[in-house]
Amino acid sequence: MVKDINGKIEALHVHKYFIKPEGEKVYALNDVNVAIKPGEFISLIGPSGCGKTTFLRLVAGLDKANSGEVTLDGEKIVNAGYERGLVFQDPTLFPWLNIKENVAYGLKTRKVYKDKKNEVNEFIHLVGLDGFEKSYPHQLSGGMAQRAALARALVNHPKVLLLDEPFGALDAFTRMNMQDELLKIWKDRKTTMIMVTHDVDEAIYLSDRIVVMSARPAKIEDIIDVDMGRPRGRDMPEFLNMRTKILQILDFAGKREEPEYMI
Amino acid sequence: MEKKKYPAGLDIRVLVPIISLSLSLILHILLPANKNYTQKEFTYYTGFLILMLVIYTVVMIITIFHKKFRKKMAHKSWFIGVAFLLLNLYNLATIKFMLIPSIYFPSPEIIFKVFIKDGAFLLKCLGYSGKLLVTGYLSGCILGILTGILVGWSTSWNYWINPVIKVIGPIPSTAWVPIALVAFPTSFTASVFLIGLAVWFPTTVLTSSGISGVKQAYFEVSSTLGASTIQNIFKIAVPSAMPSIFIGIFNGTCASFLTLMTAEMLGVKYGLGWYINWQKDMLSYPNVYAGLITIAVTFSLLITLLFRARDKILVWQKGVIKW
Ligand SMILES: Nc1ncnc2c1ncn2[C@@H]1O[C@H](COP(=O)(O)OP(=O)(O)O)[C@@H](O)[C@H]1O
Ligand SMILES: [Mg+2]
Repeated sequence: MVKDINGKIEALHVHKYFIKPEGEKVYALNDVNVAIKPGEFISLIGPSGCGKTTFLRLVAGLDKANSGEVTLDGEKIVNAGYERGLVFQDPTLFPWLNIKENVAYGLKTRKVYKDKKNEVNEFIHLVGLDGFEKSYPHQLSGGMAQRAALARALVNHPKVLLLDEPFGALDAFTRMNMQDELLKIWKDRKTTMIMVTHDVDEAIYLSDRIVVMSARPAKIEDIIDVDMGRPRGRDMPEFLNMRTKILQILDFAGKREEPEYMI
Repeated sequence: MEKKKYPAGLDIRVLVPIISLSLSLILHILLPANKNYTQKEFTYYTGFLILMLVIYTVVMIITIFHKKFRKKMAHKSWFIGVAFLLLNLYNLATIKFMLIPSIYFPSPEIIFKVFIKDGAFLLKCLGYSGKLLVTGYLSGCILGILTGILVGWSTSWNYWINPVIKVIGPIPSTAWVPIALVAFPTSFTASVFLIGLAVWFPTTVLTSSGISGVKQAYFEVSSTLGASTIQNIFKIAVPSAMPSIFIGIFNGTCASFLTLMTAEMLGVKYGLGWYINWQKDMLSYPNVYAGLITIAVTFSLLITLLFRARDKILVWQKGVIKW
């Protein structure tokens, strides 16, 4: 079946460097190899500045690797395209369009809006923004704007959804709600998800696998299978063990303060 | 339709213009003209005051039943009242006491007379100026936005055109008058060119700077949503640069008024600028004032229209410049 190979991402010997103003090369990605299965939920976690955003931008087609290649279903990614949706940490809604127009943007540029009009409302409903169709982005709270950005990416039915710390700016409560919403959408659509996060709990709660990256020049330090059923309880022993393990890999464990609940 | 349930009421401030007008009228009728006033007397100013009195009485009656309108008029009433008061003072200073030279400062009734006697010709001049302004203004605007997009978007256009803009742009377009008048077949086309140039420059500069200042992230999001380069230009760059484009158009509008008047005073036959200049040469200052009033009313109407359009297009933005 063709559908089975939809949304497979592979990175092969990907190198990416930036040139500083002084002419010095800064490696953001150093020989990154990873194969992401169709419909898989992957989290990228690693120290700040290690190259996570850079990796997402390569998959999105916004930047080009200096060597190596990234492929989607076996085809080399050279440009940005709607089959690879992207949600930044900052919602980046278009301020001159209202929420409905923002969500409809992708359908309109692709000239399929007439046939899929109703989907715009469906997605606005899905992210809980009914009644805000006519509002402009500056009238929304951060959390609402981020949900609108999510709806805007989802309405295109991308094969792969790239999420760059999408819930980083949200309060804990909204964040947990959004995580559940995202899981629902993912189960429904089987979209391949690649999500950058700083939050180890978020990674464990959501992902099939967690890619842990090392500090610059970023290499893949480890890829961890999260073989736990869903829904996952954030206080289950497995969950806590997994967290300790990841923190150790991240080399954070040693720096942690004494936990309050130690007996 | 549901009937408005506002309670009827009167805001005394609404009476201010009426009081001011009545006072003017009484003074004007009771005080005779100065002994040395040799010109024939007319009733145009009396007529004007009575007309205004009728209008503001009707306005007052409407405000009794319409709460929103009442608030608005009450707010404006002091200004309107004082404006009529000043006009009244001017009337006293001219025809009644002759405190200022009447040849340069004609009494209100003489100015109003021009509108009645010479109104048709003034309208013709207005029409001529309007045609000139609209043709030049629209072409300048459209070309300015197009050049601005090209220069703001494409590096090679920027390379070739930007230096030209930098050199040509700052020359006030009125400085081109001597050349334009000989280079173009008619003074009409010459003026269209000058006005177009005056609008083109600020529109181009602010469009291009608006476009090159658009947040890169908007283009990136747009591309991942499936937009092509052309769509990125017209659906992201242009709307995002709209506030800046409007400032350019606004500056261009002011420059176009200036150019229009100068062009008409320097060489174009017909038009309001020409009319004022001609009347000045003939020392008919009442006509000069009538021309000025016509220009003031027309231009402020145009600016108001422009701002209405801006508020419509930029609803997503809060008002930056208020008119
Ligand atoms: N456009 C750029 N120009 C220069 N350096 C960059 C650019 N983008 C990223 N970098 C550098 O590459 C490294 C990785 O950045 P990034 O992928 O954003 O890290 P993060 O893992 O925090 O998302 C950082 O050191 C950053 O300074
Ligand atoms: Mg980042």
